[in-house]
Amino acid sequence: MTVEATLDRSLLSTEYRTLTYVTGPLIFVENVHHVAYNEMVAVLMPDGSERSGQVLEVSGTTAVIQVFEGTQGIDIDITRVRFLEEVAKIDVAPELLGRILNGTGRPIDGGAPIMPEKRLDITGSPINPYRRAQPADFIETGISAIDGLNTLVRGQKLPIFSGSGLPANELAAQIIRQARVKSGEEFAIVFGAMGITHREAAYFMNQFESTGALERVVFFLNLADDPTVERLLTPKCALTVAEYLAFEKDLQVLVILSDMTNYCEALREVSTAREEVPGRRGYPGYMYTDLSTIYERAGRIKGQKGSVTQLPILTMPDDDITHPIPDLTGYITEGQIVLSRHLHRRGVFPPIDVLPCLSRLMNLGIGEDKTRDDHRAVANQLYAAYAQGRDLRRLVAIVGEEALSDTDRRYLHFADEFERQIIGQGDVGRSIEETLGIGWELMSGLPLGELKRVRDFIDQYHPTAATEKAAESGDL
Amino acid sequence: MIVGTLSKITGPVVVADGMTGTKMYDVVRVGDAGLMGEVIRLEGELATIQVYEDTSGLLIGEPVESTEGPLKLELGPGLLSSIYDGIQRPLPVIAEDTGSDFIARGTVASALDRKKLWEYTPVAEVGQQVSAGDVIGTTPEGATVLHRIMVPPSVKGTIAKMAPAGSYTIDEIMAVLEDGTEIKMSQWWPVRYGRPYKRKLDPTTPFMTGMRILDTFFPVALGGNAIIPGGFGTGKTVTQQSLAKWADVDIIVYVGCGERGNEMTEVLAEFPELDDPRTGHKLMDRTVLVANTSNMPVAAREASIYTGVTLAEYYRDMGYSVAMMADSTSRWGEALREVSGRLEEMPGEEGYPAYLATRLASFYERSGRCEALGDGDRVGSVTMVGAVSPPGGDMSEPMTQNSLRVTGAFWALDTSLAHRRHFPAISWTKSYTLYLGQVKDWFETEIADDWRAVRERAMFILQKETELQEIVQLVGPDALPETEKIILEVARMIREDFLQQFAFDAVDAYCPPQKSYWILKTILAFNDGATQAMSRGVSLRQVLQMPARDEISTLKTTPHDEALERMPELVQEISEQISGIEVL
Repeated sequence: MTVEATLDRSLLSTEYRTLTYVTGPLIFVENVHHVAYNEMVAVLMPDGSERSGQVLEVSGTTAVIQVFEGTQGIDIDITRVRFLEEVAKIDVAPELLGRILNGTGRPIDGGAPIMPEKRLDITGSPINPYRRAQPADFIETGISAIDGLNTLVRGQKLPIFSGSGLPANELAAQIIRQARVKSGEEFAIVFGAMGITHREAAYFMNQFESTGALERVVFFLNLADDPTVERLLTPKCALTVAEYLAFEKDLQVLVILSDMTNYCEALREVSTAREEVPGRRGYPGYMYTDLSTIYERAGRIKGQKGSVTQLPILTMPDDDITHPIPDLTGYITEGQIVLSRHLHRRGVFPPIDVLPCLSRLMNLGIGEDKTRDDHRAVANQLYAAYAQGRDLRRLVAIVGEEALSDTDRRYLHFADEFERQIIGQGDVGRSIEETLGIGWELMSGLPLGELKRVRDFIDQYHPTAATEKAAESGDL
Repeated sequence: MIVGTLSKITGPVVVADGMTGTKMYDVVRVGDAGLMGEVIRLEGELATIQVYEDTSGLLIGEPVESTEGPLKLELGPGLLSSIYDGIQRPLPVIAEDTGSDFIARGTVASALDRKKLWEYTPVAEVGQQVSAGDVIGTTPEGATVLHRIMVPPSVKGTIAKMAPAGSYTIDEIMAVLEDGTEIKMSQWWPVRYGRPYKRKLDPTTPFMTGMRILDTFFPVALGGNAIIPGGFGTGKTVTQQSLAKWADVDIIVYVGCGERGNEMTEVLAEFPELDDPRTGHKLMDRTVLVANTSNMPVAAREASIYTGVTLAEYYRDMGYSVAMMADSTSRWGEALREVSGRLEEMPGEEGYPAYLATRLASFYERSGRCEALGDGDRVGSVTMVGAVSPPGGDMSEPMTQNSLRVTGAFWALDTSLAHRRHFPAISWTKSYTLYLGQVKDWFETEIADDWRAVRERAMFILQKETELQEIVQLVGPDALPETEKIILEVARMIREDFLQQFAFDAVDAYCPPQKSYWILKTILAFNDGATQAMSRGVSLRQVLQMPARDEISTLKTTPHDEALERMPELVQEISEQISGIEVL
């Protein structure tokens, strides 16, 4: 959407003192003229301070406005409203890197004001599907469960589904620290924090400082005690900056959005205040469309060097993956990384439950010249064997380990070792070769005949196949 | 001309005043930017309009102009290998015209190339009586499809003038009737109305997909319809794309309705590269893509599946078999819900409007095998495959249930199969087809007499496995007698060596029906031999060590001709190997 710089209207802006109704984050203003849908407004408070808001609906001469900083202190009599004659915009410049901004894009780090190179509409426009370039470059995150089994590629959107108390932030920080592409370029990071606690914000800040990453980070900060409605703008601001850095400054941009659950809560709050027909669990019916306008702002464009890769983090309420927030997210994003409370309790870090994980773009980023020729086959075999091991665990709980065949016992052992060695790597990074090596090591614990999916690569990579085969033929 | 003024704006729905004379579903141009919209409610002078583009920045009082006609598509040569948005605007042209990588608002672009010359060969003659559907001429469209220029529905008369053979653009007049009606190469049709046909025929030929589980266990007839419901990550899109690549039909219409941009890119990058197994040319030559990604305006998403089916019907009328893939119909349902919510209609189940079932039924009923209007007894078909994305994978939700009532096949995707990387993750216990009775004759004539028997025995073994698995869960596998353990082993072979199919393998991606039949037949031969041997007292271990078993597992990746030649021998060898086993 490109609404031309300013809306074509009189230069004299009018102030209205015609507030009639205040509810939740919304105010209703009467007798307004020439108000545009989605137009930004300034709310002039009785005490002289100023707040910002946006037009949600115009009907005849009534405008419904959502106030980003909340409605406490607003009165019907004295409060004035000024329409700013433009839709929500953000100032962008390359100097944003290394800065800390609030949820609506104003610097809050006490540094110099930003000299804008451009002023961009934060809603953005959909990328023409015809102009998109297919994501194809492997991103090495240094985490085996991701690189080996659910590979991330440049231009993908891959959310982390976490639960309350699970170390999603630690995982995100580790990915930021280790993420590399083959060409060796470093990522510029745009971090959109929505409703996170001061402690979490401080954690990220320390991580960035200690690893020296700070000068390539743009940090949008909306803390838990900041106005809820402001959160609705944060991801849009963050992605506008990301698109600017990627498609105008040729940078590889990694966007972290945390926590999308807070964003959706804010969406519900506004929807309820507007008395809209609620959808599932009270979330508005348009939440899918709304989320898609955030998540879809990732990708590559033909003929452009830069890219936007998204790693949104969300908390599944009560660890329920069918809750509307993770559910709708999963339908838009290209896969998901799911954290497991069970693994976390057993001290496995990162506690990634690989079975429900998925990377839809994995096949585009792996294989011969990208990672290694056996990558797909190894991933499939590890998955199948681990799934079988997990099934057997349930069986063992009922019938005991003695009732199992030798092969089954080896699968059971495989599942344990898989969780310990492949998933539970701790906070050290691993190259993709190391990950695949460990995979082969574990597979060598299974009978050769069971390794159907890696059959073509056994001679080349299996650590003990040659000796096993020799022993077998010696037996006969 | 009807021009009103904008009086209310709320998201994609706006209200205009002074619109007397407008009809329901007429297309309007909203505001100074000329955004496209459609009238969805009339109330006195007020018209409620769903706008196909983002409405930010629209002002109260801006003009709203009615085009006094419903949303129409331009149908003519040049549709194939195009990529459109939900309201038939060609995306490459938009990119070129605006010079931008993003989609700007209010863009107008002609659906068909107006300058391109088409090699026209007349078929009808001056003085001939023609009516709707009669072919007046042909032009080759791409390397593989012969585009028939048909008399538009509702036109009738005697040809007074005909253009001679030669090269023409779509705007030139090909024929003039005695009453002065001009017939061009292209015609217009409103998307929300099904195109007329002479009569519907019984669907009796199977829609071959190259996917073993679908062709063998749950076939659909040409002109039938199927739904693929499944939670996220179960492989709806991969299945839809495989169908588009391999289905045995003349024309493919692929609608990406509210799905991911990168997925559409995948289709766009792959299809022009893919060789068409039917013609040897490129697959894109006989494909039309409609791409309305999830972040593109919601009202255009609602229109996109109608756009898709109208394109499909147009080629059906030429006598072609057309497959239309809609990925995903749930996004269409949600668009309907969103607009209904903005209209403040009384919500039905889960917030969907009460008319959801009716809309779905009238959409799916546009599939079918039809005798086309006009002379020449052309028979064409539209086969529809709709993906459904049930929230949380819960199939009891309204979209899945309402679709089930009006479609003929249910290909249920199963999350637990997907988690263990069993692909295609189509559940053999939950899926069903209603077309079996209609297509079995074809299979028994074309494939083998015992096709149905083989299919049913395999289904029985899988069913038996499900029952036995429940026992194993309780008491462990050792408690089963050997005769039942062999059932588990054979069922595993059916699952791994037959049902699993790797969409990214060069050979395995497509499996001809003969090969599907023979793989199953070979596995059953192994089953018969093994059961027989074990009744002689041979142990299960001995049976499982048979070399033929390994070979069966490689059949699906063996090149088709080689495998087809080998399998009858293999069946023979299996019985020899088995009778050769000595009782220990």
